[in-house]
Amino acid sequence: MTRQTFKFEPCVLPQSLGELRRQVREFLATELASRDPRTRVRSWEHFDADFSRAFAARGWIGMTWPKRYGGGERSALERYVVIEELLAGGAPVAAHWIADRQSGPLLLRFGTEAQRERYLPRIVRGECFFCIGMSEPDAGSDLANLRTRAVKVDGGWRVNGTKVWTSFAHVCHMMILLCRTREKSDERHAGMSQLLVDLKTPGVTVRPIINMMGGHNFNEVTFTDAFIPDDCLVGEEGNGWHQVTSELAFERSGPERLLSTYVVLSEMVGRLGPAATDAQAAAIGRLVAHLSTLRQMSVAVAQKLDAGLMPNLEASIVKELGNVFEQVLPEVAREIVEVDLDIDSPDVFDASLAYGVTHAPSFSLRGGTREILRGIIARGLGLR
Amino acid sequence: MSDTQIITDTLARIFDETLDRKARLAAESGTFARAAWQSLAETGMLHPAVPDALGGAGGTLADEYEVLVATGRAGAPLPIADTILAGWLLSTAGREVPAGPLAAVAAGAGLRAVRRGDTLVLEGRARRVPWGRDLAGLVVLAEDAGRTQVALVPMPAGRVENGANLAGEPRDTLVFEGAAVSAVPADLPPGVDAGALRRRGALGRAALMAGAMETAVDLAVRYANDRVQFGKPIGKQQSVQHALAILAVEAAAGAMAAARAYRAVADAAADADLHCAVAKSRAGEAAGRAAGIAHQVHGAIGFTREHTLHFVTRRLWSWREEYGNESAWTLEIGRLACAAGGPGLWPMLAG
Repeated sequence: MTRQTFKFEPCVLPQSLGELRRQVREFLATELASRDPRTRVRSWEHFDADFSRAFAARGWIGMTWPKRYGGGERSALERYVVIEELLAGGAPVAAHWIADRQSGPLLLRFGTEAQRERYLPRIVRGECFFCIGMSEPDAGSDLANLRTRAVKVDGGWRVNGTKVWTSFAHVCHMMILLCRTREKSDERHAGMSQLLVDLKTPGVTVRPIINMMGGHNFNEVTFTDAFIPDDCLVGEEGNGWHQVTSELAFERSGPERLLSTYVVLSEMVGRLGPAATDAQAAAIGRLVAHLSTLRQMSVAVAQKLDAGLMPNLEASIVKELGNVFEQVLPEVAREIVEVDLDIDSPDVFDASLAYGVTHAPSFSLRGGTREILRGIIARGLGLR
Repeated sequence: MSDTQIITDTLARIFDETLDRKARLAAESGTFARAAWQSLAETGMLHPAVPDALGGAGGTLADEYEVLVATGRAGAPLPIADTILAGWLLSTAGREVPAGPLAAVAAGAGLRAVRRGDTLVLEGRARRVPWGRDLAGLVVLAEDAGRTQVALVPMPAGRVENGANLAGEPRDTLVFEGAAVSAVPADLPPGVDAGALRRRGALGRAALMAGAMETAVDLAVRYANDRVQFGKPIGKQQSVQHALAILAVEAAAGAMAAARAYRAVADAAADADLHCAVAKSRAGEAAGRAAGIAHQVHGAIGFTREHTLHFVTRRLWSWREEYGNESAWTLEIGRLACAAGGPGLWPMLAG
């Protein structure tokens, strides 16, 4: 195995982005004023279609996409500024998040003209929300082991199988489904395809999976002889694995991989203020140093993506380090501030920290487990 | 080829040709690595970012960063970062940089600098001065009655009490008794004070650590691929792979923090001070973790004098203490954050 080189070039976001940043902050100040501040910590796990539609009206969904599909033809760094402001502000972005980050770009890269014309303008208007159907009961980290099978029939595909951990399938309109279109062969990654699935299709059933805190984001989605028309195949039949892995750098390096618990930090700083002891200030300073560095690494990857590169290794590094940070943050917070952890506490910091402590385990599971990421990094180093 | 690649390659070649094991060990016993130093001086690598007119190479801070990373990568036993730091301080006052090894210190409680007429008179002790015994000049920063000045004291002068850091790099105490040493000072521009010197010193150490961590990664990966136990290279073991992944990730984070801070200083950015504090604390934290993992992967052989790993790990342990350890800088960052307050924290980071 050869050693891949990786380098994070320092990138200074242009001053010209300051105005855009200011606009987003102004928008959030208005939009979030009427919402419960205790929900801010949930940010990209918080589905709020009203917020997404108001956000879309500002032209900030699909903002890098071509104008002919309703996009803004703006740069990836401009988009980066917008989405990091959303997360730092604790905006409820889950409704449009996947479509904006992943499904839209997938259609732009591999979709047919008809698919783009049909879905992209609706995504941009905040009218069409997507989820991702990848994991299965027997295919988690070992995704290539998936069994959901699409069999060719006249005019389309007949799909049977079960997807799990599908976030917000119960409130989304569409799913990008990864499934087998050919029998499993020795070549593990061959024979998979991506299909656009309207979640109202007969034979598609969505059932909730309640998480340990009683929350409902996850779902189980079963396909029972569901008919998916031919024109819903995304890209090439059999090319699904390649298409999925080409999304990974976008999926793994964004600010959502380091800011999941940011609100806990800002609330803690707000509570302690200048009265913080040296020990508290030093602990906060360490978190800020980590966050600042991570943010630079994430921006460096965004810049590479903007230049058309595929920094998959760097993206894995950002996610691994970002997830460690997101998980350490609530632990540090509870060590330096005494709190009564109660997820329904009227106090914003207490409630945010309670959410952080109890949801932290999921950060290094979703979007590629810690073990998978470390394996990718090791392979990049020339091991294995 | 880019300028930075030329610097990296040139330094790697010089260190490779002049710093064999014997020269490294001799340096630790107190013999100045003159051949390496001479080659560096000839290529103009000692003051990369000082203007031509003041005796430097007329390059950029990006060049300086590459020189320091290359120095750290090689674990070169020479006062390169210290000479660069002293050269920066002198040149900001418009003074020419002299040839030979330099170090910079701020006068304070231990080392008193008193103005007498046109000269600055030194008395007292300057502690843990890098390569104090080998210096051609000591650059002293003195704050006095609202005026910040710098003076070049030709060396040798005073008495030297030898000391060393964990890597055997000289950290000597210079003792000036009886007001015997004086020099003509020059004014420093606003903002260049003892705090700035400490910050700039910390930034240089962060860049050195970034380089040394690269070597720790290289050595550990190579060893894991070569060393066979249980019938296969230990690098095939998932536990070892994951440890190496953490090592590489920490090295990448430390390097990012250092490079970003250099960029902020080069741009004279408003948040440059914050980035310097982040660089030293983050690289310092990474250094400890990286050294620990590199040793664990190497097993007992990496703990021997015979192996080369210690040339970088002992430096990492030394450099993370110098110019403020992690807590010193995280406290500074934390104070800024707490002063900014909850809503002000994000603008402090993102602008």
